[in-house]
Amino acid sequence: MLGYLIGRLFALLPVLLVVAVVVFMLVHVTPGDPARVLLGQDATEPQVAALRHDLGLDRPLPVQFTLWLGRALHGDLGTSLFLRMPVSRDIVQHLGPTVTLSVFGLGVALLIGIPVGVVSAVFRNSWLDQLSLALAMLGAAVPSFWLGLSLIILFAVDLGWLPSSGYQSPASGLWLSAQYLVLPAIALGVPNSSLIIRFTRSSLLDVLGNDYIRTARAKGLRGRAVVFRHALRNALVPILTVVGLTFAALMGGAVVTENVFSLPGIGQLVVSSVLRRDYPVIQGVVLMVATAYVVINLAVDLLYFAVDPRVRY
Amino acid sequence: MAAQAVARVLPHDGRPGVGALLWRMVHRRRVIGVGLVVLAAVALAALFAPLLSPYDPASLDVPARLHGPAWSHPFGTDEFGRDILSRTLFGARLSLTVGLAVTASATAAGIVVGLVCGTNPRADRVLMRVMDGIMAFPDILLAIALMASLGPSARNVILALSFVYTPRVARVVRGAVLVIAAQEYVDAARAVGASAARILARHVLVNSASPVIVQATFITAYAMLGEAALSFLGVGIPPQIPTWGGIISQGQVYLRQAPWISIFPGAAIVLSVLSLNLLGDGLRDFLDPRLRYT
Repeated sequence: MLGYLIGRLFALLPVLLVVAVVVFMLVHVTPGDPARVLLGQDATEPQVAALRHDLGLDRPLPVQFTLWLGRALHGDLGTSLFLRMPVSRDIVQHLGPTVTLSVFGLGVALLIGIPVGVVSAVFRNSWLDQLSLALAMLGAAVPSFWLGLSLIILFAVDLGWLPSSGYQSPASGLWLSAQYLVLPAIALGVPNSSLIIRFTRSSLLDVLGNDYIRTARAKGLRGRAVVFRHALRNALVPILTVVGLTFAALMGGAVVTENVFSLPGIGQLVVSSVLRRDYPVIQGVVLMVATAYVVINLAVDLLYFAVDPRVRY
Repeated sequence: MAAQAVARVLPHDGRPGVGALLWRMVHRRRVIGVGLVVLAAVALAALFAPLLSPYDPASLDVPARLHGPAWSHPFGTDEFGRDILSRTLFGARLSLTVGLAVTASATAAGIVVGLVCGTNPRADRVLMRVMDGIMAFPDILLAIALMASLGPSARNVILALSFVYTPRVARVVRGAVLVIAAQEYVDAARAVGASAARILARHVLVNSASPVIVQATFITAYAMLGEAALSFLGVGIPPQIPTWGGIISQGQVYLRQAPWISIFPGAAIVLSVLSLNLLGDGLRDFLDPRLRYT
């Protein structure tokens, strides 16, 4: 177990190194001089040269990378060119809405995905199954931002039930916060539910084919007891993996969804930074999200130990 | 001369012609037919956009601004009186072009990387870590970051999305190569003295085509969704050019007065992506029954 854990941690290092190289190179694939791009066309040549020196751009690339990585490992992601404050502080300030939205969005995706997947597997090859798979297919084809706008038109503009945009943190009252989060969470959750529907279905079908399910049925248990007490509990284990893998799609979706609903999260930060050409902020956000993805997927794999005692490495 | 002779002989080779294959595919998996018909409609709309559009997509008609759907403007007009139907038709051109270009370049690059990884264990160890690293970024976030460096344009959207989706193809090709290289017919080919290049081209590549085709279909769908998201966020294709994502973003401001601006191009995205996913799913079931979602 411990050996396995150490092995997995070491296997992460090359992947994280690649992540760091890609993030570092983001600034260096800009056509032309990054310092010139940062300062704009009006800057004088000495100004550009001074910034180039400040940013260390006049040094060889490997040296720049090592220095940058060393600082990043200490939590120093540089300074925002626009807001003139540490990028790490900028990110922390914007993290709340994104995390809240992602958690709610994942909740919606699971609330749709698991029941629909179960129905689909239990009534395999019936019209209910067909309908569930059609729903999964449709969900995967709907862009979250368009779904979000459609929800705003229906529930905020036409019906006036919910606010169309903005954010209230859960700290300022759960009810108020939920009102602002319902629509974004649905817009984010629906497209992400389709993978969960399909995974739940195939995982449950796998389990339902096992001998112990036949035994349970043979000893006279009702269909519902078999599905919920025996099959679903075992089928849920592989679904954990999907939840880990969904993280990337969830973060990507959150970035887009935040911009629809004006949530002051990471997504708004990164898009406004692109428009301001604030590269350190973009680099910081991307580095943090990719690292989180790698770590979360390791954590999900380790969760297997806790959930399924049969898993041994 | 020789080519004609070959063309005449081929159908009698025991292999079905393209038409027969297509018929069998549609017959076996009806979703393939549905996907193909809808896609063909979208492609024709894109191809003949100048003929089908009732108006010039850029022509302003201020008195008719924010006009709801009506006979004169079936999809309504935007804040400058531009016809949304015409803009949506022209948007199909951009969307399809980006989708196909990304698929072509990501597939080409992915095949190269996959072949190298599948045949050279040393390169495999390095290159697959690189692919894993790229796949650790959420697609859209990496594309946004790349667009920040490259600058907004259709060409750069294609570049950024191709980079993002290459690892998916590479993984599929690598997996297929590893399986196929261990088959006996590859040993047989080697035994009769076929060169490595010939084995790769005639045996490995041909037999790994199915999963690559399926993956390519899905990548077209992802790329169209990705382009729409980038243009919606204002970091993709510049707003002067009508794209589905761009029109939706423009309509966001007028959601109260003119919801149709955003509704119609969004429906076009859903329809195109849905038909591509149907096609991909159908092809997967048809080409490899073992992979079928039972």
